[in-house]
Amino acid sequence: MYIDPHIHMVSRTTDDYQRMALAGCVAITEPAFWAGYDRSTAQGFADYFRLLTDAEPRRAAQFGIAHHTWLCINPKESEDVGLAREVLGLIPGFLDRPNVLGIGEIGLNKNSRNELLVLDEHIALAKRHGVLILVHTPHLEDKLKGTILIMDAMRNQGVDPGRVLIDHVEEHTVRHVLDRGFWAGMTLYPDTKMTPQRAADVFEMHGTDRLWINSAGDWGVSDPLAVPKCRLEMRRRGHLLESIQKVSFENPKQFLSQSGRFRVSVQGEA
Amino acid sequence: MTTGTTAGTALGMHNRTKRQVIDEAFMEHRAKVLDLAAFLDRVDRAASAASAASAASSGASLVTGDQDDDFRTDALRRAIALLLDGKPERARRILELWSDRSTEPIAVAPMKGALGAVDLRAEFQAKGRA
Ligand SMILES: [Zn+2]
Repeated sequence: MYIDPHIHMVSRTTDDYQRMALAGCVAITEPAFWAGYDRSTAQGFADYFRLLTDAEPRRAAQFGIAHHTWLCINPKESEDVGLAREVLGLIPGFLDRPNVLGIGEIGLNKNSRNELLVLDEHIALAKRHGVLILVHTPHLEDKLKGTILIMDAMRNQGVDPGRVLIDHVEEHTVRHVLDRGFWAGMTLYPDTKMTPQRAADVFEMHGTDRLWINSAGDWGVSDPLAVPKCRLEMRRRGHLLESIQKVSFENPKQFLSQSGRFRVSVQGEA
Repeated sequence: MTTGTTAGTALGMHNRTKRQVIDEAFMEHRAKVLDLAAFLDRVDRAASAASAASAASSGASLVTGDQDDDFRTDALRRAIALLLDGKPERARRILELWSDRSTEPIAVAPMKGALGAVDLRAEFQAKGRA
């Protein structure tokens, strides 16, 4: 039994739900993200939020998978601050939907001033509504700088780091994130970034507290079965079953349950 | 800070020997070293920017400047040097080497993607002169 706490099912087929269920997936969380193109209106986001809070949970339930979501305008579309503010204005109207866990995936992409401004406004929104935060960190050469800027922005607004998960950590950011009290996510990519092997290495070097793994499967080259593949890698290395269950089930459950809305069953038991 | 040994022991890692780790993954990583070697050979064989420019009009590239002295292959060669320095945490140190180490936000995002490394040539040239 496992949880994939970061996957963009809007970009995946129904067959993927079936394969994930067969591999033992019981719950997922789907952050709002960049669709691969810039949306031209706030209405485009309103439709996307309806999909995330209504259509997608029903599709997941067919396979016994509990679907949850996070809302935001992502950093790749944050250069247009006017549009970003319109979208921010729509979010409170969706926060009461039963599968919404909080604000995400917010963060930075190229570490620009407007991205930081829009990030600050999302953090303020999350604080006002007392909801959890899921953070996207930049890729490749921009990750280390962006991760520090994001954590500083959280600190400046007095956010409790225990209610924030910082995703896409790698070997050079994981320690910074954990040492400042945040939760950390490792995203398993087929080849360009973190692999299941390196994720297993990180557990060996840094332990399993406040760490989880996810596939971040989306419309690009990605693998919706990345989490069970990492579990297999850990088993192959002789990691304790208890540790494997901790990083792929107990830790996400513990962090996400702070929302009061997280379920590991479509029937509704916590 | 958690040490590798403590975290590894907690995971049930203490039973694996170096020999086992090497037996499991040597072939895979042998292949990766050959991929890297063949890639650098392929770059050497490819036409230089100057001769390519005279042959045909080139498509748009994200990278500007002299293609014969690309900052990415330079960054790769500097990372390879870290593999051989005998010190631990190579993956972390290579990722840090390739990272943008500025600390202030930039004015405007120039693109959506990232290139995988920063240009280290000026910094290392300055170090060489010092
Ligand atoms: Zn994502």
